[in-house]
Amino acid sequence: MKQKSVAVVGAAETTKMGKIPDVSVIGLHADAALNAMADAGLKPTDIDGVACAGISPVELAQYLGITPTYADGTSVGGCSFMLHVRHAAAAINEGLCNTVLITHGESGRSRVGVGGFGRAASSLMGQFEMPYGVTAPPTMFTIPVLRYMKTYGVTEEDLANVAVIQREWAAKNPRASYKDPITVDDVLNSDMIAWPFRKLMCCLVTDGGGALILTSAERAKDFPQKPVYVLGTGESVETPMVSQMEDFTSSKAFRVSGKKAFDEAGISHADVDHLMIYDAFAHLPLYGLEDLGFCKPGEAKHFINERNTAIGGKLPLNTNGGGLSYMHSGMYGMYALQESVRQMRGIAPAQVDGAKISVCHGVGGMFAASGTVIFSNEA
Amino acid sequence: MPPRILPEPTPETQHFWDGTRNGELLLQRCKETGEAYFPPRPFAPKTGSRNVEVFKASGRATLHSYVINHRPRPDMGTEPYAIAVVQLEEGPRMMTNIVGCPQTPEALVLDMPLEVVFEKMSDTITLPFFQPAKG
Repeated sequence: MKQKSVAVVGAAETTKMGKIPDVSVIGLHADAALNAMADAGLKPTDIDGVACAGISPVELAQYLGITPTYADGTSVGGCSFMLHVRHAAAAINEGLCNTVLITHGESGRSRVGVGGFGRAASSLMGQFEMPYGVTAPPTMFTIPVLRYMKTYGVTEEDLANVAVIQREWAAKNPRASYKDPITVDDVLNSDMIAWPFRKLMCCLVTDGGGALILTSAERAKDFPQKPVYVLGTGESVETPMVSQMEDFTSSKAFRVSGKKAFDEAGISHADVDHLMIYDAFAHLPLYGLEDLGFCKPGEAKHFINERNTAIGGKLPLNTNGGGLSYMHSGMYGMYALQESVRQMRGIAPAQVDGAKISVCHGVGGMFAASGTVIFSNEA
Repeated sequence: MPPRILPEPTPETQHFWDGTRNGELLLQRCKETGEAYFPPRPFAPKTGSRNVEVFKASGRATLHSYVINHRPRPDMGTEPYAIAVVQLEEGPRMMTNIVGCPQTPEALVLDMPLEVVFEKMSDTITLPFFQPAKG
């Protein structure tokens, strides 16, 4: 894509977050969408492009009263929204539409209006993974990690420290689900979920949503909020079955998506002021730091243990507290994007002073897919 | 306990499940490159060649990675169990369970040698599991 040709002009999360038993899935999409439209000073009839995952863009358009000339139903898991941003940028540049609304809503905890979930027994996953007792992500996303730990000498304490430092960030965010400080011992003494993963190494299960509105950089100047420009983007997919990842110590989708985004943005790692790495589990920031090229293979644990990603560190990471402490409704990528936009607007509760470039990196499925968006707040 | 979740073969995978029922672990390989692959499909990944063949694997593997699920799926009983990925001698990896040893980090050591065993689950489905190699 062309650098800074498209900007975020509206961004918002749902009015409430955490436990929302009185709103259905599509209601969460709509609540976030209405908040983002209010943020941008728009109404549904001003929107001519829609994108969402979890529900169909057809449902979203009809529910909000939008008549789109562009619809994107890309659904590759929690990073779908990074791909939506990327596709929206291309669509706006190509003239397919002018103003794209991207929404997310998920009743992960309360399960109101949730569709069926499950794998057909005839799918490859149904045939070659489900029979062995995998359940939800805690028993799938975690499977490669022992190999990573053995290869690089990573310990359970190292994994625990990821959660500890993110909780420090969460404490600065009033909307975070968990704000009380935790220690490495607290993490290692929390309930065993799927060895070596303890409860505090796993993401939350909450309700919520979020929405973004994008338009051309040219038009963005006329909106009420400070535009946040899209500097570079990347995406890739690898495998629907975690057991078939090429390398258990590194995500191919991460590497491909990250490199593409950095190449498009024309920046080096030293240019990055703020970083979001989708953390469904404590190992994700480790893989992300290495696969995006911020650290050499095996060195992310040192980078985190030396507090480079903590408050006051040189690379603030997951400043909302992440999926481990802020919120995680199921497809967390939207909340990572929201935090990047807040940081670029300069309004984040844990604002990184003077931040000009934010990298937002998402994962979908169990290392199945990836999307990366690099934002800039300078035209 | 509800019945264990079992695979439903498709035309492209039927030979694999016929194989396990007969006590054989069947893989496929590209006849042009000789590269073995899994899960089953009627062409070789990457080359896209349809010139492939089914062959019987040795059944030897090593333990590549795993977790021990402490929140058992209802059809899997009540005790923690390991969900493992094994590195087959022929190259591909597959998910499985490790049987014939305690489901503990002490007993399950990465890279330990394993061998395939077959367990009949229904008239049509026999699952391939792996146990510590005996020899």
